[in-house]
Amino acid sequence: VTEPVDQLDGTPVAQTPASRLAAYIRGGGVIVPLLTALLAFVIGGLVVLITGHDPIATYKAIFEGTGLQWLFPWVTGPERETAALNLQQTLILTTPLILVGLAVAFAFRAGLFNIGGQGQYIVGSIAAVWVGSSFAGMPGFPHIVLAMLAACLAGAAWAGIAGLLKATVGANEVISTIMLNYVALWVGVYLFSQGGPLQNARDSSLPVSNDIAEPAHLPVFWGDPVLQGLHVGLFVALAAVGIFWLLLNRSTIGYEVRAVGLNPEAARYGGMNVAKNYVLVMAVCGLFAGLAGSLDVLGWQFRLATNDIQISQIGFLGIAVALLGRNTAVGTMAAALLFGGLLSGTSQRNLDPTIFEPQLASNLTTIIQGLVVLVVSADVLVLGMLRRGRGLFRRRRPVPEGEA
Amino acid sequence: VNAKRIGWAGVVLGAIAWYITLPPVLVRTPVPSILLALAAVAAGVATTRAGEQRLGRGAVLAGAIGAIGAVVATKSGVANLEKVFVWSALLAATLRFATPLLLGALGGILSERSGVINVGLEGMMLMGAFFGIFGADVFGSWFLGMLAGMAAGGVLALIHAVFSIALRADQVVSGVAVNFLAAGITGYVFIAHYGDQGTPGEVPSVPEIKLPLVKDIAFVGDAIGEMSLLTWMALLLVPLMALYLYRTPAGLRLRSVGEKPRAADSVGIGVLRTRYLAVVASGCLAGLGGVYLSIALVHSFNQGMTAGRGFIALAVVIFGAWRPYGALAGACLFGFSSAVAQRLPAFSESLAVLFQALPYVMVLVVVAGLIGRSRPPAAIGVPYVKE
Repeated sequence: VTEPVDQLDGTPVAQTPASRLAAYIRGGGVIVPLLTALLAFVIGGLVVLITGHDPIATYKAIFEGTGLQWLFPWVTGPERETAALNLQQTLILTTPLILVGLAVAFAFRAGLFNIGGQGQYIVGSIAAVWVGSSFAGMPGFPHIVLAMLAACLAGAAWAGIAGLLKATVGANEVISTIMLNYVALWVGVYLFSQGGPLQNARDSSLPVSNDIAEPAHLPVFWGDPVLQGLHVGLFVALAAVGIFWLLLNRSTIGYEVRAVGLNPEAARYGGMNVAKNYVLVMAVCGLFAGLAGSLDVLGWQFRLATNDIQISQIGFLGIAVALLGRNTAVGTMAAALLFGGLLSGTSQRNLDPTIFEPQLASNLTTIIQGLVVLVVSADVLVLGMLRRGRGLFRRRRPVPEGEA
Repeated sequence: VNAKRIGWAGVVLGAIAWYITLPPVLVRTPVPSILLALAAVAAGVATTRAGEQRLGRGAVLAGAIGAIGAVVATKSGVANLEKVFVWSALLAATLRFATPLLLGALGGILSERSGVINVGLEGMMLMGAFFGIFGADVFGSWFLGMLAGMAAGGVLALIHAVFSIALRADQVVSGVAVNFLAAGITGYVFIAHYGDQGTPGEVPSVPEIKLPLVKDIAFVGDAIGEMSLLTWMALLLVPLMALYLYRTPAGLRLRSVGEKPRAADSVGIGVLRTRYLAVVASGCLAGLGGVYLSIALVHSFNQGMTAGRGFIALAVVIFGAWRPYGALAGACLFGFSSAVAQRLPAFSESLAVLFQALPYVMVLVVVAGLIGRSRPPAAIGVPYVKE
């Protein structure tokens, strides 16, 4: 029997490109991510400039679209009210980004590259919309919890497929998670399209799901519920950040996950079940991403259209969020706020179209997202050199453990 | 009798098991098919026992698919079957869908044989798709559009090459990054230039080759009598690529760089230069696949139109064990599943939507190693550092 090898790079299954990356990526502090983001924004600004727009005005308009100036005490009056509305949108978008970011980050820490956040998010939102629109007459709180649980389980099961394939036959998780994204997308479109099994019961001409039962809507704690105020899902996402940190840094599971991520061979030698860890890690990732789907559905979408499923990019943004956040809990949270702001600042609703066209701006977001990932992929080199340099001068001192 | 023959016989039996229930044979009972499928499975087990595990599993799988396909076919109406399984049209559609996959996969083979993982094929294809139609529109010539599309794919590949070769970035992450970049750049220029109107309808497109004599032959004429120039080019590239890889010194050098870069370096082969050339060439080929999509197949562009075809091309590379003829087989397999999916609305509109997922499920089955795993180039994914 031959040792299963990774299909992309031919190394034994245990050693993935992601595991090498994870080993480097823990260092570098807060400076490197800040420089990364800055560089991406500067290059994005150049793109804006080349195509005949004013980058400063554009970024200013995008910033105003995020509503972050609400934090400045000198902004008052109607300006402050608009800022509050915009900031609510930013935080609504930050909520799922935190969770899909965690879904990618957790995998990275175990040396896996989860590109399947999008698919896991989709199956989570499908499960949540199904549970949330069924069981009419159920009291609100248990209904919400049930819908979230269903979403978590669906996401975990979906991601678990990739983990299982990796653990048993060595199928590369990069390819399998990408494929699972497309399968989830088409299954979702099938379910809610005309004639689909979960399509709207009242109007058979609309390719949307049933509506979430009124009591199962997540309560809004800031802003007007009618105007899409900020729902309590944000606190669920923040709690998930805490759980991520505890799970990774203060639990046996987390210890094993990190050990497998740093050096799978050593972990195996140390008696850990690497294969079991792969399945477990992917399931946890899917759980986070699935939860993200449920928060969007229960918090502000309240129904799922086939179109929503087809244009959603939240899960892919999770990759940039996690990488920029250095795969740590706090970093992911901060990066999610950055991209949440970018998303809401470039949205049709918040960006002033006389300064910059929102459709262009959303593509600018994708460019910035790509640049961030590109720069992070290369700063591995910078960090590697830093580390080697450090090793030369302070050979005795152990490399400090990365904090999450 | 050698195990390989038994294995192949099993695969063929599995195919026949399904085939006899489809037009024009149309056996209306599943019994003979199931017997044939059982024979296929038995042959597969025997082959596996004899040591040919990969082929054996393939035969078992062929038997299973044959049995399932036959049962489904005998349960469906003859009229529907005749609407879906028009073999000449299916073959033509298979080649149409296979073309971009094949071009992308041939590019992927070049890059990966040189030791660089290319997850960026998707983005390179997307660049080709947009800049192909953009160039054809601006220059008023499909040929210049094709060159523009290939160049755009090549430029994106160059970014991937600089990061993964010179900066020694993680190749998978860098590949994912260039995919995002391509999505952003093509979407941005598309909106900036065409706005809400979309690409114009009268962009020059790649000509179709009409074979005068072949066109009149009954079956063959419908299947290959009228194919795009690019389909022919892709098919022609397969033997050329095989020739290059296995029969020329340059091909040997490329392979040596992907297998043992240190050894290649020590005999004076420029490892980094070879890798740069291979990655850029792979971007040009993937770009050509994109050009085919936009100005030969659908004659328009919409954002993200490659829809994962670049990733499927990557799966085709793996399926084909990094060999050109293997890639041809893989591309035809996935092309066929797309072709069937496209014709299934005859059965049910909503189910047809679900069948859009079929090619992706097939890739999952393939990477799960149900058809067997193959050995990638030894040095793939490892940045080379000169001593």
